Amino acid sequence: MIKFFLAATVASVAVAASLGAASAQSRDTMQIAGSSTVLPFSSIVAEEFGQAFPEFKTPVVGSGGTGGGLRQFCAGVGDNTIDIANASRRMKAAEIESCNAAGVNDIREIQIGYDGIVFASNASKGEFALEPVHVFKAIAAQVAVDGKLVDNPYKSWNEIDASLPNQPISLAIPASNHGTREVFQEKVIADGAKAAGLPELSKEELEKVTTTFRQDVVIEIAGDYTETLSRLQSNADTIGVFGLSFYDQNRDTLKVATVSGVTPSLETVAAGEYPVSRPLYFYVKGEHIGTVPGINEFVEFYLSEQMAGLGGTLEAAGLIPAPAEETAAVLAAFQEGKALTVDAVK
Amino acid sequence: MAHSFTPPSEQALDGSAERLKRIRAGLGKRHARERRFRALGIAAIAAALGFVAILFSMILYQGLPAFTQANLEVDVHFDPAIVKVAARPVRDAQQSSAEYQRALLDWERKVTMVNWNRVLEQSIKAAAPDFEIDTKSALSIVETSERFRLRDMFVADPGLLGQTVKVKMLASANADNWLKGNIDRSLPDTQQQLSPSARMLSDRFMEDGQMRFAFAWHIFTNSDSRSAPASAGLAGAFIGSLYMMLVVIVLAVPIGVMSAVYLEEFAPKNKFTDFIEVNINNLAAVPSIVFGLLGAAVFINYFRLPLSAPLVGGLVLTLMTLPTIIIATRSALRAVPPSLRQAALGIGASKTQTVFHHVLPVTYPGILTATIIGVAQALGETAPLLLIGMNAFVAQIPGSPLEPSSALPVQIYLWQGNENRNFFEARTSAAIIVLLGLMLMLNAIAIFLRARLERRK
Repeated sequence: MIKFFLAATVASVAVAASLGAASAQSRDTMQIAGSSTVLPFSSIVAEEFGQAFPEFKTPVVGSGGTGGGLRQFCAGVGDNTIDIANASRRMKAAEIESCNAAGVNDIREIQIGYDGIVFASNASKGEFALEPVHVFKAIAAQVAVDGKLVDNPYKSWNEIDASLPNQPISLAIPASNHGTREVFQEKVIADGAKAAGLPELSKEELEKVTTTFRQDVVIEIAGDYTETLSRLQSNADTIGVFGLSFYDQNRDTLKVATVSGVTPSLETVAAGEYPVSRPLYFYVKGEHIGTVPGINEFVEFYLSEQMAGLGGTLEAAGLIPAPAEETAAVLAAFQEGKALTVDAVK
Repeated sequence: MAHSFTPPSEQALDGSAERLKRIRAGLGKRHARERRFRALGIAAIAAALGFVAILFSMILYQGLPAFTQANLEVDVHFDPAIVKVAARPVRDAQQSSAEYQRALLDWERKVTMVNWNRVLEQSIKAAAPDFEIDTKSALSIVETSERFRLRDMFVADPGLLGQTVKVKMLASANADNWLKGNIDRSLPDTQQQLSPSARMLSDRFMEDGQMRFAFAWHIFTNSDSRSAPASAGLAGAFIGSLYMMLVVIVLAVPIGVMSAVYLEEFAPKNKFTDFIEVNINNLAAVPSIVFGLLGAAVFINYFRLPLSAPLVGGLVLTLMTLPTIIIATRSALRAVPPSLRQAALGIGASKTQTVFHHVLPVTYPGILTATIIGVAQALGETAPLLLIGMNAFVAQIPGSPLEPSSALPVQIYLWQGNENRNFFEARTSAAIIVLLGLMLMLNAIAIFLRARLERRK
């Protein structure tokens, strides 16, 4: 037994020593993290990349939401920080500043394509033909009645508009750690507020009206879309906000709402008819190119026609491809080494 | 109610009949109370067993179908018109090893670039020559990773060019859903994942016997996959968990047992050791997520260990398991009768000899049980791993504890969140079954070893 303990002690010392050795050894697997909307696409590309380039290790793709991913990305330069951050919205000026402060100056922006944001309800429920203003009126804490701001009086959808079903209002929206929330805020709520007949408001007041939601009907989902889906299953009256690709894979249980009369689909989003769509991005840490092998090849592979192009693998997975010229321009900017600056996003 | 029962004696004969009556009446009540208590106990056990039974039968009901998957067996013709690559490079005498490797890699890349999808499509169409189906629908029946299977077959044996071989291919997740009826088969086309022709063709293959359900061994041999969900497996997560458990055993057992031995047998009893003891007990009650935060701050940010590495996971779980092992070992040591120590010391053994030759061996069963319970707990732990990046998607089986990896419980969490609900709901339950199976195995080993060690004693 003493021998066992001696051996075990030696082993523990060896493990402890390997900690030091491990930190000195450089990493050869790309680390990606961020948006859960982009995650399926990046994972698919990572897997295919590993198959097509046997000399590189298959990149590792983590989630954490756009905000969480960018925070990890901006933690600094070095082997224990990630190389690529997935984002379902553009990086903000404040994020670029914090990145620069941590020594990450060479941020390369890659736009991979588009995604639609859809409103879907339980398949057993009625049809919804939504307008942004309906959504605003349903969830804003204060709405305009006869030109005056009052606490939101609406209980069911048909009180907002007679064309909507008589169904209690309940909406599951992504929490603020998701990039989807930002797009929802911009393209649905802000647009809806404009049409809601609000009285003359100062900028701050308008900001407050469009960001304060009723807590009794709004469910903020911090997890991923499966959590939203299970909310819909437990309460069939709930309407959920999903990515188009998620809806596409669960068409048997979900029914999608039209927005401004347009049914969301690959075609309507690609044509720009469906109003609630957004570009998807990932950000590459230029400082890691050359130290972590395969980053250049990965970006090229990602943007290649067989992946992000028309009819490519990612289109089958639900990504809406960007026009070929747009993708070519993105790739050219990456190869030139054009870094994203604060001015570019202002 | 404390009835004192004294046998009826001569001097109290007159009162004895009444007393007996009182005792009888009380006895009935006491028995009733005992019966009530037993009934409550049985009800509690029945309720607990009932919940466990519901849980297990639900998991089995959902998970067992995932262990069989549809496979399509078709003739694949390696058509030279599609597979247009030069012959595999042969190493000649003056070529260095590195040059040869590069040439081989180049050739492999060219083989990868072959339109294997076309080969797949042709084989599927050839299997049902009279059936009209478009390319996309035909390809949607088999899993996308099958083109790499064909590539690997060709790389392994370039002589296949121009030949026709039977290949068993995995049906796609959507085809599997359709054939198993996971998606209501009566739903209209717009709510189905596969096109009508793909659905008809899958049904036809099923009738012809070319499509068959077979045991899905790849759940145990493949790593996770997103581009080919039907081929997703647990091997990567299993190896990750294995590495973590090795780290836990190698670190937590010696450190835990040594601290327990020192604290119990050697350390002076004073305020300071009391303080340590209180702290260890508190540590055992600290929620595991706190250890995860600690691990992220110390091991990753300070020691700069890699993200998602089983080594870091193992270290965090070691911290979590240590108190369990220390506390259990100490109580096992405390249970050893002092006479044993006194006898050893009495015949002249030193303190160390006493502990290691006489006291510690008696506690092996206890230490072993504590270790296995601790390891089983660590095996099922998820929360701290999420904080050190082990919830990332990893498509490779890790080759060392420093390579990124997932873990079994994390894999369950990841599959639970997969967007293809119809397919991954069953997969998630299947992963739970595997994890539960491992736990049961660990517990069985613990019981077996304990019984053996106790017999030897």
